Amino acid sequence: MSNDTAGAGWFETGPPDDRDAARNAIDSGDADGPEDWPARAVDSGFAEDESAYYDALHDATLHATREAVEERERADDQQLIHGVRAMDDCERTANELAERAIEWAGSLFDDVEPGIEGAREVAEREPTGEIEERAVSLAARAADVSDERDAIAATIERVAPAVAPNLAEMAGPELAARLIALAGGLESLAKKPSGTVQVLGAEDALFAHLSGRAPSPKHGIIYTHEYVRGTRPEDRGSAARALAGKLTLAARADHYAGERRETLHDDLRERMATIRGRADGPNGGDGSEGATDGDESEGSR
Amino acid sequence: MTEPTLPDGVERREMDGENRLATRGEPVYGEPTAGGWRAWDPRRSKLGGMLELGFDTGLCGGETVLYLGAASGTTVSHVADFAGPTYAVEFAPRPVRDLLDAAEPRDRLFPLLKDARKPQTYAHVVEADVDVIVQDVATRGQATVAVRNAQFLADDGRLLLAIKARSEDVTAAPDEVFSEALDRLRDAYDVLETRRLDRFHEDHLGVVATPK
Repeated sequence: MSNDTAGAGWFETGPPDDRDAARNAIDSGDADGPEDWPARAVDSGFAEDESAYYDALHDATLHATREAVEERERADDQQLIHGVRAMDDCERTANELAERAIEWAGSLFDDVEPGIEGAREVAEREPTGEIEERAVSLAARAADVSDERDAIAATIERVAPAVAPNLAEMAGPELAARLIALAGGLESLAKKPSGTVQVLGAEDALFAHLSGRAPSPKHGIIYTHEYVRGTRPEDRGSAARALAGKLTLAARADHYAGERRETLHDDLRERMATIRGRADGPNGGDGSEGATDGDESEGSR
Repeated sequence: MTEPTLPDGVERREMDGENRLATRGEPVYGEPTAGGWRAWDPRRSKLGGMLELGFDTGLCGGETVLYLGAASGTTVSHVADFAGPTYAVEFAPRPVRDLLDAAEPRDRLFPLLKDARKPQTYAHVVEADVDVIVQDVATRGQATVAVRNAQFLADDGRLLLAIKARSEDVTAAPDEVFSEALDRLRDAYDVLETRRLDRFHEDHLGVVATPK
């Protein structure tokens, strides 16, 4: 709604006396710049005088902000867990259905491409006969489920920062949601030691290690984070340990305080620069970011 | 201590045997009260600290105020006690619950769940030409927030800003952080006064500025 209302005051987009319209306008409206809203409200007849305008504004902002806070808090960690699980189910199901539909369609049509994109193309076809109809329809279902997966992913992107601002900023919304899902909730994630967070999602490898069959896993799901994956293999253990430590603190800040903690993010950036600096030769490890010059020499540590 | 600049509605009162800053209004966070006045603790409030230290804030009472980083409403409740219409912007939902409680009995305090880094998301609510912007946000880029919000401020208005060094860069020396922030601030403001708030708030710089 931002296009048609840009430049309009919060009271100008809905009927007066409609608290929910006002709530919606305050919540999701915008303007390029401020105006003398009180005067405009009086001129347009929204309010009798300035004092009446401020009374209405007080009422509207209390209502809108109370509802917005409730909505943001209702979007809790459990919803995020449902979301991330549903997203994974949709992805798996879409792939399975697409595979089946493509195999079927391949026996009926020429030029059938594999994957979800192939299913999308099949879904566009005009079927002739009952069998073609079924194959095309199945391909359409696969594409729909894949669209649902993308829609859920977009919702997670939006909701995760409200549920866990620090964790979502540090890990990215999707990984944040996955960590919460693996732990079973934000509270249980906040209560886990960082060594556990480091290997969340690597339970198989961990139990193989505990029964003496394998080395200890260096990382679990946090492997998907650029700080781990983008670090050279010999430093990945350090990177994973540093990241897991800060993710744990981020989860605690989110659960117990609910406010952004800028220092957490600064500390991690600094620590990662140090770890990655090791790859850059004798002067590495001074914490300077982007020290990637090819000053390779050996035996520097 | 000289007190050239206490605005109307802010007074020094005897409370619990101490001479303390106070405003008149409903108590908000369990602060000491006496005869309708509530103590304003400079240790819990950057603006309270600036008044206690004798900054020339230009405040005289009754102003229209945009308060950025209202948190749970500790300071903004005192501001609303002596100022006029007061817009309180805060982005984190949890503290806003307390802010709502502070705003309920104050009919010229308007709470907004908005991100101070994105003024376009509240420019349709906050009026133009406010007399004062008070800013106490703990995110990186505090000076940028102030610059972006300069559009709300009247030409002769005042920015009362507390810069927290650790929010910008934990590793740099606070003095360096402050001088960088002031440079950025000068894109939109003339800086009138700066002083460290260390007596009440460690590694914070208080700034009074006016639009260029």
